[in-house]
Amino acid sequence: MMELSALYQDVILEHNRSPRNFHRMDDADGHAEGRNPLCGDQLTVWLKLSGDRVSDVSFEGSGCAISKASASLMTTAVKGKSRAEVNQLFEQFHEIVTGRSVPSSESRLALGKLAVFSGISSFPVRVKCATLSWHALKAALEQGSGAVSTEQDIQGA
Amino acid sequence: MSLVSSFAPGSTSRSSSGFDPGRIRSEFPILATRVNGKPLVYLDNAATTQKPQVVIDATDRYNSAENANIHRGVHHLSQLATEAYEGVRRRVAEFLNARSPREIVFLRGTTEGINLVAQSYGRTFLQPGDEVLITGMEHHSNIVPWQLLAAQSGTVLRVAPIDDRGDLDWAGFERSLSKRTRLIAVVHLSNALGTINPVSRITEVARARGIPVLVDGAQSAAHLKVDVQALGCDFFVFSGHKLFGPTGIGVLYGREELLERMPPWQGGGDMISTVTFAESTWADLPAKFEAGTPNIAGVVGLGAAIDWVADLGLDVVGSYERELLEYATAQVSSVPGVRVVGTARERASILSFAVEGIHPHDVGQVLDAEGIAIRAGHHCAQPVMAHFGVAATARASFAVYNTRDEVDALVRGIHRVKQVFGG
Repeated sequence: MMELSALYQDVILEHNRSPRNFHRMDDADGHAEGRNPLCGDQLTVWLKLSGDRVSDVSFEGSGCAISKASASLMTTAVKGKSRAEVNQLFEQFHEIVTGRSVPSSESRLALGKLAVFSGISSFPVRVKCATLSWHALKAALEQGSGAVSTEQDIQGA
Repeated sequence: MSLVSSFAPGSTSRSSSGFDPGRIRSEFPILATRVNGKPLVYLDNAATTQKPQVVIDATDRYNSAENANIHRGVHHLSQLATEAYEGVRRRVAEFLNARSPREIVFLRGTTEGINLVAQSYGRTFLQPGDEVLITGMEHHSNIVPWQLLAAQSGTVLRVAPIDDRGDLDWAGFERSLSKRTRLIAVVHLSNALGTINPVSRITEVARARGIPVLVDGAQSAAHLKVDVQALGCDFFVFSGHKLFGPTGIGVLYGREELLERMPPWQGGGDMISTVTFAESTWADLPAKFEAGTPNIAGVVGLGAAIDWVADLGLDVVGSYERELLEYATAQVSSVPGVRVVGTARERASILSFAVEGIHPHDVGQVLDAEGIAIRAGHHCAQPVMAHFGVAATARASFAVYNTRDEVDALVRGIHRVKQVFGG
């Protein structure tokens, strides 16, 4: 039996209750919407760039505790990072939530608080909740604006 | 997630209707399953119902002893299979009180039945500008086929409004009817709200105007007694797997006169009278709509499921479930911070609810840890969710084998949800 507390860690519950950077951003350089058509979850990520770096990032939307806390923690983690660093961090995050490989100590260090999502690997259906905001962030970085769906992974695979 | 099967006596309690669900629980092997170390409390019957041993045995027996293709062979097994298949057709006709087995078409399920009517009846008899009227509480499967038809044929999809309880707004429904309304398609029992639509009242108005009515019976068939002649509908569709039967098998009932006039939807073997390269002629009803080898084992299982539920009696099922739903509604809505979504005057089997500040997925996840299976999401009814201003709800849906003790477990589970999220 998988312990529920492995999924709903205190940090996650706290960010769900009081999400950080939870607001619209009218003067953003880019934004993208993430949708999970299977459950109706929807959130939008806005970002400001300073050169190649993310200088500010925010989100808004409705979703479960996992997707909301993940978006909140993501905004705190990517501020000040370059595109390449964001992409690398997403890869490391993806690794721990899917549990595909044991993250290196270097990865663990880079992930910091994001490591609380490692418990999700025991609940595979919730991986999409944790990665929704990351996909939106990536789309916002790549396209400037747009929309992504959790089901694009499946259709494209 | 661990699924360990072991002996778990069904928690039972005799209801005031005198029906004891404990009597039938042991007929469903899966109900003895343990989930996450707890006895399974299966409250996702609107998604699919569990299968009694007689249904499992019937499909097994067919596959082990009677399997052959139908309507083709002169050999012994083919005759057995054909007789089994056509026997179930007669049984379904009787179950729905159709006038003839010719009015019963086997197909994959409710979705395919609605698509068949949209593509065969709709594309043949509806002109550009003609209107199809549905209601604001439809499942996507009774919305999208009409949107596809609109794109193909230039028909217009109109939607009769629902009110804040989740009842059809009758005045709004009458206003939605126009001189161009050519077909009405309504759900019998809403999968998202549990609302029972006033189908007889709808068909009465429709008949006076000569408009055919399709009834989506996906949810109703296992909970309400269905008499297609009393309902006065022209088409009625349902799925076997929501009626204690197998997946991949369903039924379209169509009034014979309409089915006669409709062209085939799919072409292939078993639906023809003669074929040349120049042209083909169609078989009689209902074979005209059953191209290709059908799901014979599914039909056999469906027959066993119908026998099972008919033996129990849908009157008994209905009154027991009404009591259980009343009890569940009272218990669940008495939990502080819980709102029941959908409080229609006539409801059956379905309890949609929202826990303040907690997303339905998280509700479902915590309940799962307690062994309780519910559905969390939009229930393939996004317009209904939009009407109530929610992205999703948690939904407990009951079947005749559910007990008051299971409702109590659900209520304890909801308290646990609130505890986890600090409510």
